[in-house]
Amino acid sequence: MTETTTLPRLAVWKFASCDGCQLTLLNCEDELLALTGEIEIAYFPEATRAVVEGPYDVSLVEGSVSTPEDAERIRRVREVSRRLVTIGACATSGGIQALRNFADVAEFRSVVYAHPAYVATLDRSTPISAHVTVDFELRGCPVDKGQLLEVLAAHLQHRRPRVPSYSVCVECKRRGTVCVAVAHGTPCLGPVTQAGCGAICPAYARGCYGCFGPQDTPNTGSLADRLRVLGLPQVDVLRVFRTFNAGAEPFRRESARHEEVAP
Amino acid sequence: MTHKLTGDQVLQVDTLARVEGEGAMRVVVRDGEVTDVELRIYEPPRFFEAFLRGRAWTEPPDITARICGICPVAYQMSSCLAIETACGVTVPEEIRLMRRLLYCGEWLESHALHIFFLHAPDFLGYPSAIEMARDHREIVERGLRLKKAGNALMTLVGGRAVHPVNVRVGGFYRLPTRTELTALRPALQRGLDEAMQTVELVAGFDFPDMQQPYEYLSLRSAHGYPLESGSVVTTSGIAFPVAEFEQHVTEEHVSRSNALHAGLHGSPYVVGPLARYALCSDQLSPVAREAARTAGLGPECRNPFRSIVVRAVELVHAFDEALRIIDGWQGAPAPAVPVPASAGEGHGATEAPRGLLYHRYRIDDDGKILEAQIIPPTSQNQAGIEADLRSFVQPRLHLSHDELTRQCEQAIRNYDPCISCATHFLDLRVVRS
Repeated sequence: MTETTTLPRLAVWKFASCDGCQLTLLNCEDELLALTGEIEIAYFPEATRAVVEGPYDVSLVEGSVSTPEDAERIRRVREVSRRLVTIGACATSGGIQALRNFADVAEFRSVVYAHPAYVATLDRSTPISAHVTVDFELRGCPVDKGQLLEVLAAHLQHRRPRVPSYSVCVECKRRGTVCVAVAHGTPCLGPVTQAGCGAICPAYARGCYGCFGPQDTPNTGSLADRLRVLGLPQVDVLRVFRTFNAGAEPFRRESARHEEVAP
Repeated sequence: MTHKLTGDQVLQVDTLARVEGEGAMRVVVRDGEVTDVELRIYEPPRFFEAFLRGRAWTEPPDITARICGICPVAYQMSSCLAIETACGVTVPEEIRLMRRLLYCGEWLESHALHIFFLHAPDFLGYPSAIEMARDHREIVERGLRLKKAGNALMTLVGGRAVHPVNVRVGGFYRLPTRTELTALRPALQRGLDEAMQTVELVAGFDFPDMQQPYEYLSLRSAHGYPLESGSVVTTSGIAFPVAEFEQHVTEEHVSRSNALHAGLHGSPYVVGPLARYALCSDQLSPVAREAARTAGLGPECRNPFRSIVVRAVELVHAFDEALRIIDGWQGAPAPAVPVPASAGEGHGATEAPRGLLYHRYRIDDDGKILEAQIIPPTSQNQAGIEADLRSFVQPRLHLSHDELTRQCEQAIRNYDPCISCATHFLDLRVVRS
């Protein structure tokens, strides 16, 4: 198998997720081979059969905790990881599967499976930070390739990653994109969403749909009022806050506010 | 560990490596006979079909993309088709073409990943492409370039490589310009050449002897080799429209798996590159057909280990097709057509890189989703994978435990299984009972 090296050892772990964030690591086509000269990929089942025993210098964790086994497994991952970095909306807020948190899971399970007893699942899908101490959270559904490389580079250089927590609006301005909400009345979550994607959606003539989760100081209530003025029905305001980061507290709270009044 | 499986023993692999998602394999041997084979899927259930209920008809392309980070476009395309069908809308030809172009990007990215990173290391004897790169750097770099070309296409047409943002029911938010499309030509042209070299490379691998007896099932389309449209055909000559899919395919929930097993009239069947090739190779572009002929593929290929060759031929086709669409692109009057909600039911199927992906939605007059059903390729292939393993393991019981394990994993990887996809089905017949 892999010979032992003195390089920092990286492990990539998967919980409930779509694999897209760990795929983003393999999508670093120009950097991947150079990266493997700086970091030993010690555990990454999606990419390799080889397993190097822990402990690991840095663990990237994709996915949310949604089963009793995974709630146990994440503790073991924490024990063998010097630094633990969560990547993506599932790991940082519970992901799209956290929509179960607003519903009756027993009903979900009986609807989805012929024999619900075969399926072990928790009532809620929760972020990794609800279970263990997390050293850094990288947002996005999926994470941005450049930000992922920045997090790994920062680790190698013993510094904090430069990952901004301001809103998508800043990125639109920097990119020179005309505001879709102001100019076209398009509902947009940009003002309350954390930057990082490069403000892709407005550049493609659609409103931001919040896949990087809430920014540092999101005024969701004010934005929700604005969305109503732009003509979005109450039930849709609820829905836009309840997608890939439905479990992130500011979005959860805002969506709940519209549940009370939605028909 | 070098001992062999002789008496009552179990061969167990708890984490299948180099597959998308979490799966395990279990083979039971009693008195030297293989008595049971299981592909166990323990990927946690995420209940997509359950929480899609109550969502708006415009949301499934964004939401179902999150089922799979490797093939999000497949989910976006099948869901769009299903909802447009429910609402009685057919998108114009330009939009169909742009969807086909985006889908080419996904095939390129996914097939290049599978060929070079997940499957080739098995044939060349490495635990991963990273180790493989130490001895075969030029091969791995070629794989990276091919994957990058696919991702560049996804990024331009879709907005980003994973979970594209530009797809909507009715079309796109914004269409790429001719200039933007033409800028991709050099990378795609080089990709086409390198894809042909890839066919040559993988055709020279050593393949274990194996012949599959199962039925193959794929779409077949008037618009060419099946990607974004078509109706269903099989190698036994069964043909039916996508709307009748669930009358022919049934699913079963077994205890070991969080995925449902699908059967065609109760029997195993196989979807994916081998099925598409067997049923539609006459529709491959001339260069792809020539590449297949040079690789010695014949009119159909029944050795699942040679699926890597067919995947490489499909790479050639996808590059060629992407260039053809770009060269012929005349623009479109609008990036999307309106799809007003109307009560009804719609079915949609497209060819994900690993096989046919079926969606069905029932919506009400306000566009609220009442029911959703998704049947991904890996659940359709699961019975075939298990049947393969059963016939594969028996004559190889003399191998060491480690070697047998490695070869079984390779046999599973023949299908490029996407376990994340396979873990969220809903059996609505039960809901009604």
